[in-house]
Amino acid sequence: MGKQIVIDPVTRIEGHSKITIFLDDKGEVQDAQFHVTQFRGFEKFAEGRPFTEMPALTARTCGICPVSHLMAAAKACDALMAVQIPRTAENLRRIMNLAQIVQSHALSFFHLSSPDLLLGMDSDPAKRNIFGVLAQQPQMARDGVALRKFGQQIIEMLGGKRIHPAWVVAGGVAEPLSAEKRDKIIAMIPDAMAIIQRTLDWYKTAFEQFRTEIRTFGNFPSMFMGLVTPHEEDEHNALLEHYDGVLRFIDASGNVVLDNVDPARYLDHIAEAVEPFSYLKSPYFKSLGYPNGIYRVGPLARLNIIDRPGTPKADQEWTEFRALRRGVILSSFHQHYARLVEILYGIEKIEQLLNEPNILSKHVRAFARPNKHEGVGVSEAPRGTLMHHYKIDENGLITWVNMIIATGHNNLAMNRGVAQVAKHYVKGSKLKEGALNRVEAVIRCFDPCLSCSTHALGQMPLRIELLGPGNELLDQVQRG
Amino acid sequence: MNPSAQKTLSVKTLQIDGKDVSAREDQTILDVARENGIFIPTLCNLDGLTPIGACRICLVEVKGARRLLPACITQVQDNMEVFTNSETLVKYRKMILELLFAERNHVCSVCVANGHCELQSMAQKLGVDHIRYPYLYPKLSVDASHDRFAADHNRCILCQRCVRVCDEIEGAHTWDTMGRGTSAQVITDLNQPWGTSETCTSCGKCVQVCPTGTLFEKGRASGEMTKREFLPYLTLMREERE
Repeated sequence: MGKQIVIDPVTRIEGHSKITIFLDDKGEVQDAQFHVTQFRGFEKFAEGRPFTEMPALTARTCGICPVSHLMAAAKACDALMAVQIPRTAENLRRIMNLAQIVQSHALSFFHLSSPDLLLGMDSDPAKRNIFGVLAQQPQMARDGVALRKFGQQIIEMLGGKRIHPAWVVAGGVAEPLSAEKRDKIIAMIPDAMAIIQRTLDWYKTAFEQFRTEIRTFGNFPSMFMGLVTPHEEDEHNALLEHYDGVLRFIDASGNVVLDNVDPARYLDHIAEAVEPFSYLKSPYFKSLGYPNGIYRVGPLARLNIIDRPGTPKADQEWTEFRALRRGVILSSFHQHYARLVEILYGIEKIEQLLNEPNILSKHVRAFARPNKHEGVGVSEAPRGTLMHHYKIDENGLITWVNMIIATGHNNLAMNRGVAQVAKHYVKGSKLKEGALNRVEAVIRCFDPCLSCSTHALGQMPLRIELLGPGNELLDQVQRG
Repeated sequence: MNPSAQKTLSVKTLQIDGKDVSAREDQTILDVARENGIFIPTLCNLDGLTPIGACRICLVEVKGARRLLPACITQVQDNMEVFTNSETLVKYRKMILELLFAERNHVCSVCVANGHCELQSMAQKLGVDHIRYPYLYPKLSVDASHDRFAADHNRCILCQRCVRVCDEIEGAHTWDTMGRGTSAQVITDLNQPWGTSETCTSCGKCVQVCPTGTLFEKGRASGEMTKREFLPYLTLMREERE
């Protein structure tokens, strides 16, 4: 029997989790497990509710990315009604979804990860937080706050409130966009653009010092999955897509394994495994089986699977990003970089959409009764592909729900990433603070949203326990 | 009002919250208070429907009475001294509201009536900021069998406005109440799915008078169920026709 180290809870992530590191008799790290310790139960208590309540209900899975759930839920409802929603409604939903991605990526990069990136992985944990960043580089902290504000204000302007806006509804959106609000958002774009360009410039000079982390933070071959624009006519023209589109799977060498997959048919290719150590299920690619069917989703996956983003500035940055190494980018550390490229894309795309000729159209909602008994809605949340799948009875009441949340798709990869980092940094039976932080930091790369992914309860300070061969406690670190 | 009726009604004088007021003998304490701009909270009461004192939120203190009296069904008497806003009343009213919330599954955030709900706004008005009683979490179903409307019993406060409007205004008496205490429930016809009711005319009056999100139009998303105030006009026009 080897030793165990337990990190409980993991900090600066969204949700509650702990990590166990298993040591063998020689004190070498053998394996590690990432436990998601909260349980929510959304899939169960949605049963019996009218389907039209699902966007508002499932948005409560998360206070950070309610918009993502609104998107997937509303799309699943559109599918139940079997309607094509007005083009303007689709574009308005796209704008809100991108605003959500910008604000959430900004939260992940600036508020949660920039303390590691700016102050260093081994810096004093008492200062390794957003306030430490504020003390050392006030401009960067302000930029983070401003960029989140940019995203959140767009969400508020469109939906009436920042968190859980009730504006995204089955069949479209509740209210059209006014010219006044459109102009206000357009006026906010230059500042947001300046921030992201400044941050990209800084990051491109800063990340070099994290060579060891890049090599060891979830850096392994795996498949990648995400939505891309439909591209049946031209197989080399799959663009970045966050709202709709088709699923593409690529392997670790960049070969397209599956393309143009109708998201409604996700169950043909993905199955979910349950492990006793976590409330978070582990989806895997069916034809490779469990656990070999490991795949990653999220910013890195999205930038890996596309042929180009599709907006001028992001196209340039993406080319530079993909030149980091030949083939696909495998290190999860580069999720940070990928997030910045996606923020840039998001800002450009929001501007494009706001300048669409029909964006102020008053026709923003399709009305229908439920016309199908089953509906799937898939969209890209900041963390990756989000799937909502509902079945209803003849009266439109929910009889069955399946939600696969982006963080779930990444579960196998996060486990492997934690093991990889632990193997590199944890040595012997004494825990070093810097090692502890790195084990957490690899999780932060994935920016997991655990409350969402278990859609199911939990607490947030951090504890690592190092257990000896007889499970005796050798060392313990606690914070929070 | 016809003149002969007027003759037989005498005028009563009383005090509400120390203010001298006069009223016709057929008036309730609530009527007189409202005429004089004195606020008494109500939930089940609705102008145009017979008051029944179901919700007890309009309880008032009357000097000499051994118990609190519901203002909506207590007729005025000469020299009555009524208090509408004592500490005891404030306490009990909050308690009543909290019990209403604890009794069923009121989840405002996802409710179709969020922002347009009389229970919600009354709780805000009376300063209910938490519920001191354990929630009962009853397992109640949604009846979505009707073509256009649905009934979510999780949100029902048993005010019986739907029962009264269906009986008194529409004349169909599709709605009624079954059971006692916390197991009481509004039902359609002989406790059958709303969609199979032979008597329901699908007029939608019940949906319009529902103070919460219990009865709603299908297809409405969270916060979208707004109500129209049709009843005062309807009653006025009917009175004129008589």
